[in-house]
Amino acid sequence: MKTDKSIQKNSRAKKAARGSIFRKDLVIQAAKRAFIMLNPKIMARNPVMFVTELGAFMTTAVLAESVINGKETAYTAAVAVILWLTVLFANFAESLAEARGKAQADALKSTRKTSDAKRVKENGETETIPSSALVKDDIIIVSAGEIIPGDGEVVEGAASVDESAITGESAPVVREVGGDRSGVTGGTRVLSDSLKIRITAGSGESFLDRMISLVEGAVRQKSPNELALTVTLAGLTLAFLMVTVTLYPIGLYFGIELPVPTLAALLVCLIPTTIGALLAAIGLAGMDRALSANIIAKSGKAVELAGDIDTLLLDKTGTITIGNRQASAFFPLKEVKLEDLARAAVTASFGDETPEGRSIAELGAKILGTGAKERPEGRIIPFSAQTRLSGLDAADGTRYRKGACDSMKEYIMQNGGKVSEELKEITDEIAKKGDTPIVVSAGNAVLGAVALSDILKEGISERFARLRKMGLRIVMVTGDNPLTAQAIAEKAGVDDFIAEAKPEDKLAYIRKEQKNGRLVAMMGDGTNDAPALAQADIGIAMNSGTQAAKEAGNMVDLDSDPTKLIEVIEIGKQLLMTRGSLTTFSLANDIAKYFAIIPAMFMLAVPQLSALNIMGLSTPESAILSALIFNAVIIPILIPIAIKGVKYMPMGADRLLKRNLLVYGLGGVIAPFAGIKLIDMGLTLAGVC
Amino acid sequence: MSITFLILMIAAAVAISWPLGKMMTWAMEPAGNPGLFRRPFEKLLALIIGKAGENGQGWKSYLFSMLAFNAVMFVITYTIFLFQDKLPLNPAQIAGMEPSLAFNTAASFTANTNLQHYSGENGLSYFSQSFAIMWLQFVSAATGIAALAAMSRSLAGKKTAGNFFSDMMRASFLILLPVAFVSAALLVLGGTVMTFGGPVTAHTLEGAVQTIARGPVATFAAITQLGTNGGGFFGPNGTHAFSNPTFFTNIIQTLSLIAIPMASVWMFGRITGRLKHAGVIFAVMLLILVCNLAAAVHFEAEPTKALAGLNAEQSASGNLEGKELRFGGSAAPLWTILTTSSSNGSVNNMHDSLNPITGLTAMIGMWLNVVFGGVGVGVINMFVFIIIGVFVCGMMVGRTPEYMNKKIETPEMKLALLALLVHPFFILGGTALFAATPWGAETVANPGIHGFSEILYEFTSSAANNGSGFEGLGDNTAPWNIATGLVMLLGRFLPIIFCIAAAGMMSEKTAVPETSGTLHTDTPLFAVVLLGSVIFIGALLFMPVAALGPIAEYLTL
Repeated sequence: MKTDKSIQKNSRAKKAARGSIFRKDLVIQAAKRAFIMLNPKIMARNPVMFVTELGAFMTTAVLAESVINGKETAYTAAVAVILWLTVLFANFAESLAEARGKAQADALKSTRKTSDAKRVKENGETETIPSSALVKDDIIIVSAGEIIPGDGEVVEGAASVDESAITGESAPVVREVGGDRSGVTGGTRVLSDSLKIRITAGSGESFLDRMISLVEGAVRQKSPNELALTVTLAGLTLAFLMVTVTLYPIGLYFGIELPVPTLAALLVCLIPTTIGALLAAIGLAGMDRALSANIIAKSGKAVELAGDIDTLLLDKTGTITIGNRQASAFFPLKEVKLEDLARAAVTASFGDETPEGRSIAELGAKILGTGAKERPEGRIIPFSAQTRLSGLDAADGTRYRKGACDSMKEYIMQNGGKVSEELKEITDEIAKKGDTPIVVSAGNAVLGAVALSDILKEGISERFARLRKMGLRIVMVTGDNPLTAQAIAEKAGVDDFIAEAKPEDKLAYIRKEQKNGRLVAMMGDGTNDAPALAQADIGIAMNSGTQAAKEAGNMVDLDSDPTKLIEVIEIGKQLLMTRGSLTTFSLANDIAKYFAIIPAMFMLAVPQLSALNIMGLSTPESAILSALIFNAVIIPILIPIAIKGVKYMPMGADRLLKRNLLVYGLGGVIAPFAGIKLIDMGLTLAGVC
Repeated sequence: MSITFLILMIAAAVAISWPLGKMMTWAMEPAGNPGLFRRPFEKLLALIIGKAGENGQGWKSYLFSMLAFNAVMFVITYTIFLFQDKLPLNPAQIAGMEPSLAFNTAASFTANTNLQHYSGENGLSYFSQSFAIMWLQFVSAATGIAALAAMSRSLAGKKTAGNFFSDMMRASFLILLPVAFVSAALLVLGGTVMTFGGPVTAHTLEGAVQTIARGPVATFAAITQLGTNGGGFFGPNGTHAFSNPTFFTNIIQTLSLIAIPMASVWMFGRITGRLKHAGVIFAVMLLILVCNLAAAVHFEAEPTKALAGLNAEQSASGNLEGKELRFGGSAAPLWTILTTSSSNGSVNNMHDSLNPITGLTAMIGMWLNVVFGGVGVGVINMFVFIIIGVFVCGMMVGRTPEYMNKKIETPEMKLALLALLVHPFFILGGTALFAATPWGAETVANPGIHGFSEILYEFTSSAANNGSGFEGLGDNTAPWNIATGLVMLLGRFLPIIFCIAAAGMMSEKTAVPETSGTLHTDTPLFAVVLLGSVIFIGALLFMPVAALGPIAEYLTL
């Protein structure tokens, strides 16, 4: 019962975090932090907003001077207030994104706070300590019904574990020593048996903790593209600083002394404050979107890099096809009757409890009637990974067997039988279609083969088609033979495949792709995947996988869902697109602001310049204030786009660019003309100016 | 008639640029087996520059050679100007130059600007004209071609940027010299003066004695136009009857002043192996040129406001102030636009007399400085806009921006932005400094708005390495000489340094393969992007001064 509750609580928390962008508690938290961030030391990280704050500061100084000398102050005060608001809006945007990320992480973290841990001391005794006191390499014991207190690796035992708190998936999973299912996550619950676990991350060091600190900014570093964009924005700010500062002496030539607040207003309007204010929020929101998809990224850089991926390495099983193959047809040899083959196959499959084996029985029952499902007398030869065959020694002495092609050949030869040319033809034909042949025998005679078909996941080929349109190369990795692999590759529509893949093949393939300048992403779970995960530019380890795999990758997928790779790439692309689109929008806005401010500034010296006042703004003061107000309020208005990301559609680069240019470029030119005019009308109506 | 003339001229220029671009590529990038004509040249080249020309240079070493070479040229010509009175070939007995003027002149010609604060025929001896000025008109243009070749090679992903000394020889002897020879021959045929004889003394009908300057004008005029130099043998260069006597010579000179800048775009496309991309760049440049030209022709068709309402108002033929009537109606705005777009700076009419908006179109050409621009450097300047456009738009397609298969990251952006900032910094900073101080305010001929335009034009022309003058400015003063001298040198070499460095750094990166997810730079859509970045950045940087100068003047007249 407790488990259900925690699932509910967890999913509710997650839903809330993903829900409305302006959630009340987060807004309050962010608003408070917006003021704390006014500290110039924090502002200096963001050159655009730092210059804005400087402008606000200078205007305030002028205001103070005017108040002391009893000059007219209304206009200066208005400029000062709007400038400070601009800075606060920017801080608010960043804090809000940060608060959302934190809320998201807290929701994941909430289940794992208050558990106790049974630590095994060196003398073998156990002691109970709070989970927060655990350090790396501690050995703990977790029994049925208890919560695993931290991330670790199973060193002894096997147990079923409920991981729904992390993944939302209610079916329990098996975690056992060795193999690829040895990783356990803090906050999950052991349902049966008990596990001895070596803690791999002390309190505060788990992947989740790392991600939380990334979001909280403690270790937040600008990712490469974010850094390049910051440099670009700083360069543009410098350019506009030049434009504005030189206007003062030029004004002197015309015999006017331009007031500092007006120059500050022009400067702030021109520099790309919109993108400058939202840049940090966009990056944080990218991390947050990853977290919403249950992906823990080890750095912001990894999320950003995902957008650049050229080649995707996908495991066939579980990603492209549903996990289990199913029997689809019987192929008897010429002299053998279909029914005989079916009966022998069904009989031999009693030794095979895997879904594949069961599917052979199902298919047989369709031909022979349901009675065939009843188990005949005899000794069962169970399927094993070593022999790769299963069977039944019937009471009459006939030994029925079925199994993989090569192991069956070996078996038949050993028993003095012959493998005909005809069988080879049949099995080749099956393989060519992308199916796996299972050879069936009775005694030492081969009867024929059963085709096991891979079933493609629904919609997977459409999804691949979209990915390929975006320019991605998709490579399927499979243990199948090249013929089978080829057929499935064609059906699913992938670009290339690695057949009979061994872990080192993956690594070699990744290296080859990288040598050609391609960025490669892959997903893996096993220890033998670790080198490839480390080599890949994006390596996503499944949470169910081994510790080695998780350490090697740069992301961990809590759901252990192989199709996640695709989502991660989309998140990365969306992140970059949002940055580009809002930068374009921000710069495009400047045209309208020029038309508002330039005539207003110089109307005194050259009255004819009012011809440039194409928006018909009522007074010079109103024109400048309107432009400045528009510049400020556009920041909170765009927060939802920054946080949700611009609409992403999988299409070729050129179409994508055309769309975004129209919406954010052309839109960015037009919108402020309307906005500024409206604000001006509002100000005039209110009688402010 | 005038529209047909303009269309024919532009079409002829475009037509010439194509084979010329091929020839320039052939000269700069000898492919495999040198032909019959080429082999002896290469042998001679090896003989002259010896070991220095053997190996390819990395971008740093290439830049170092280029700067060192230009520094040496600067010092030598500076010395020649100072001491020209003690040097031979001075039949008119012209005195040595005043040091600040000599500095300005040496800087001006080293930087391929040819801003002239002296008047050619009276300020320089034949020796200075032929061995300092004409020499620099060749090598400064060759430097531009070499710089573009180096940048293109880096962008093409080659390991070295080439060899500066070989490039200089090739650009001078295989491109500039032969083309200049043809052009000079045509000019002589058309009647341009060509003599080493001294000035002629003439006795007028009224009995006055007049000294008429002559000289080796045709050769001078040829390289002046071809190398986007612009400094005439005579002060008023293309307007002077000895330099540009007829309609025919005017056509030759007009075509030659835009030919190599246009061909440079094709050379860039050929060396980088992206001819289609070059086509997009060419189209964008051509479009801006044509629009600017249309505006200039339109506004120059109005008579000058000064004569409005008077009997002398020439309403039918437009603004005739400062024009040479022998060239016909639209030849003046055409030359004005081409010379300011291409960083040439020679004139066939007086820019100070242009109607305000025509004056603005001239300044726009120089502010953008990429509408074909100077020999070689026009494409280098365009590279800055390409990088910025690709960076912003590359993000919009959801990838780290790439150009020519190389990722654009922080170091490249830093260099591109520095290159971008140099130009407005010198124009706006210089104008502000001189407008607010007596250095500038007291040298203007017309106080008020037009005077501001004069100051603005002078710094614009210097920073753009154009060299044309709005005139009307008493600019031969120490502050003007020193300030514009510095602006010309830094405005010339800083962008070259930043761009070659950026391309060099890109050449060191691993190439990223092109996919359908990559932003393509050879499509009409990219032309829109590039046009947008040029117009947008240009407008944002220069709109305030444009409004205060020419636009205000237009509105108040």
